[in-house]
Amino acid sequence: MNRSAQQPAQRPAWSLRVGDVLLELRAFIALAVIIVIFAALSDNYLNPSNLITMSRHVAINAILALGMLLVILTGGIDLSVGSIVGLSGIVAGVLLQGWEITSFNVILFPQVWAVIVISLVVGTVVGAFNGILITRFKVAPFIATLGMLYVARGTALLISNGATFPRLGGSPELGNTGFSFLGTGRIGGIPVSIWLMVLFAIVIWVLIRKMPFGRWLYATGGNARAAELSGVPVKKVTTRVYMVSGLCAAMVGLIIASELTSAAPQTGETFELNAIAAVVIGGASLAGGRGTVRGALVGAFVIGFLSDGLVMVGVSTFWQIVIKGAVIVLAVMLDQGQQSLKRSQAAAVAAASVRHSEPPASTPAPPTAPVAV
Amino acid sequence: MTAPAVATDTHPVVMRARDITKVYGGTHALRGVDFAIRAGCVTALFGENGAGKSTLMKILAGVETPTTGTLELFGEAAVFASPVEAVDRGVAIIHQELNLCPNLSVTDNLFMGRELIRGGLFVNEGAQKLIVADVLARLEEKIDPNALVSELRLGQQQVVEIARAISFEARVLIMDEPTSALSAAEVEVLFRVIRELTATGVAIVYISHHLEEALLIADDVVVLRDGALVAVAPADEVDIAWVVANMVGRNPDDLYPEMGAPVGEALLEVRGLSVADPANPGRMAVADLDLTVRAGEIVCLYGLMGAGRTELLETLAGRLPVQKGSVHVDGRDVTAASIADRIELGMALVPEDRQRDGLVQTMSVGDNLSLASIRSFLSGPFVSGRREQVAVKRTIVDVTVKTLGPGAAIGSLSGGNQQKVVIGKVLLTAPRVLLLDEPTRGIDVGAKADIFTLMAEQARSGRAVLFATSELGEALNAADRVLVMHRGRVVRELDPRTTTKEDLMAASDDAASPPETTNDVSDDANGALA
Repeated sequence: MNRSAQQPAQRPAWSLRVGDVLLELRAFIALAVIIVIFAALSDNYLNPSNLITMSRHVAINAILALGMLLVILTGGIDLSVGSIVGLSGIVAGVLLQGWEITSFNVILFPQVWAVIVISLVVGTVVGAFNGILITRFKVAPFIATLGMLYVARGTALLISNGATFPRLGGSPELGNTGFSFLGTGRIGGIPVSIWLMVLFAIVIWVLIRKMPFGRWLYATGGNARAAELSGVPVKKVTTRVYMVSGLCAAMVGLIIASELTSAAPQTGETFELNAIAAVVIGGASLAGGRGTVRGALVGAFVIGFLSDGLVMVGVSTFWQIVIKGAVIVLAVMLDQGQQSLKRSQAAAVAAASVRHSEPPASTPAPPTAPVAV
Repeated sequence: MTAPAVATDTHPVVMRARDITKVYGGTHALRGVDFAIRAGCVTALFGENGAGKSTLMKILAGVETPTTGTLELFGEAAVFASPVEAVDRGVAIIHQELNLCPNLSVTDNLFMGRELIRGGLFVNEGAQKLIVADVLARLEEKIDPNALVSELRLGQQQVVEIARAISFEARVLIMDEPTSALSAAEVEVLFRVIRELTATGVAIVYISHHLEEALLIADDVVVLRDGALVAVAPADEVDIAWVVANMVGRNPDDLYPEMGAPVGEALLEVRGLSVADPANPGRMAVADLDLTVRAGEIVCLYGLMGAGRTELLETLAGRLPVQKGSVHVDGRDVTAASIADRIELGMALVPEDRQRDGLVQTMSVGDNLSLASIRSFLSGPFVSGRREQVAVKRTIVDVTVKTLGPGAAIGSLSGGNQQKVVIGKVLLTAPRVLLLDEPTRGIDVGAKADIFTLMAEQARSGRAVLFATSELGEALNAADRVLVMHRGRVVRELDPRTTTKEDLMAASDDAASPPETTNDVSDDANGALA
């Protein structure tokens, strides 16, 4: 028995490490490549005002992606976020234009802060419905949120009767001005929507990295059975993530309505797909248990900076769609490559431990153990 | 290197591995292994987890290719590009994990990938069914060939797996842990079929953690350790002690720690517990069961597959709902409590299937360890990373997990170390009652000894330990009391100090006797318990 053989397993070969790092940072690298290419093709691309404009576009998708990230971490999917965007905008529109309660024959004009809170609550409640359908009635997330995609969109159309609510600026005599601040205001020269993206990112990062909820989330997505047996409130965690996703979508609905100072029931169609794409490009696994806030943000930036860059250099809309699709698939291909690389490394480490582990006679046993020979 | 077993004229060598070395990423899983398989013989292959058994078998079956070294089949050099090619050449393997499609029927599974074709286009279902019926009849298993595999219990699924390998009509048949889910009766039938096969000249390689069982059927014994072949002998010249000594290089008696911690008050009290079988709600998996475990005590639940041990433990842990009866932990009623509440109150389970129920594969060793106790590391609403790290690192040392550190991937650990992580996770919740379901399943001898030591330590520190096993040796050496379970009831209580293996086997035979006898015994046992 050779005691000196009991060393930590060998580090993987140097070349493997470099490939690993490149793959790990692939989303960042993709973003850098996009920026370099479009900066070369268009003089205005790196212009600060253009960067801010593009980041405002990114913010909308990024906030959705942050909510979607939580859902995807549990192994679920939320197809209803685009419709919630539309619904929350319409709810804000109704409230700002005057909420007519016919039975009391009054028209309510809530304060702007109340409008925002009510819209966010509506989005959260729709998310809660998703969560209850999935946890209590065992409807698959894809189906539950697909249904909600239609229901929420239909509700937005019903409320607005298919029309757009224009002029959401409010009027001074009713005291409900200021709604446009969300979409057009600036703090320290940076648009409010970008600040909101940063705020949401920090809050969600803290939630999943610093609080028990985050462990529960990753455990639920990684192995719900094991999580449950470890006392993780799996159903509560699952319901909560759809509520957060609904809240994020409602926030986006408010930002868009505020930017346009109008609310259309069609707003947000296919937004759910962009959000899913951002999360996936950021390295999250649709099987659950794997993904990061940083990745989702970078993914949103990749999609946003790519789309706007293509517009700026005059690529046709049709080609833009094709290229976006190709980028998403490429991202997942690279992700698969990284996973198999990791597996082969794990296998190499395991094989190394096969050679280096000694027959357990020399296993460091507690002093009280009568096992060691 | 020891020479391979001597080939006789009656049992010529059909397959030979010469100087096989397998290197994964610069490390050796196998080192210069010479290995011969004789026609009409059962060669039992022993070794701890990670000794290289599975790698060697995968090479024989064409799943892996050796880095250096050659294979010979019927005297000719053989190179298998794939398992299919190996099957074509007459070498088949029954893998340790079930490789069945649960959504397909038994017949479809048996002929998966090699369907009998009629008219060049169509599956010849009639011919397939005849063959399936024939193979299942040989295995004396009453399984409907049209039944979906998902509807079968685990033992029956394993029989299907065995039936598939037999239907290949291979000349060399490798069985990797074929009996892990089989009942004693099914094992007996399998052994008879093995004897029939060897009588027709089939060579069989048999791998099992059940040393006793494997020695019963073996003709030749081969032991691997650390990737090298360390011993070869005819089976009738060796015993379990010899096998274990060669596997680990020490005496098997050292496997079990000393029992007999001082016994205190009752920590777990179960009264009249009935639980519906989750797979078959019309049947009771646990029926009117009484049970008491006291502080400092290690109690073993012994029984065959389907006796209700797992259902009992899962009910105690809170996963399955109580149909009738009550469960008290340390005097507090937890009958209707959630899993989280039970963990809070001090009762937690180390589940039977650590991959499915114990570990989150996407999380690190450290995160797995702290998962069940994460709330105890809170400062304000946040997890105190420092306190968590301290506890995790202490636990890694306490339960003797061999790992690069808390950040290591859980998949990089061997089975035994993964099991220690599951146990460490449960211990971090500071349980008063520790439940373990088959805690040593599929792990090597050294890790087994560590786990029994841990259990004994827990008992000494005043905890109540209840564990389920289907291994006689564990039941008699690692427990203060043995409860024999049968059909959801405790039918006998035995003192392991005064019980022999034969007694315990007889007790489970009693259990298998007609219901009226069982009821009498059950009343006695319950009386003794009360």
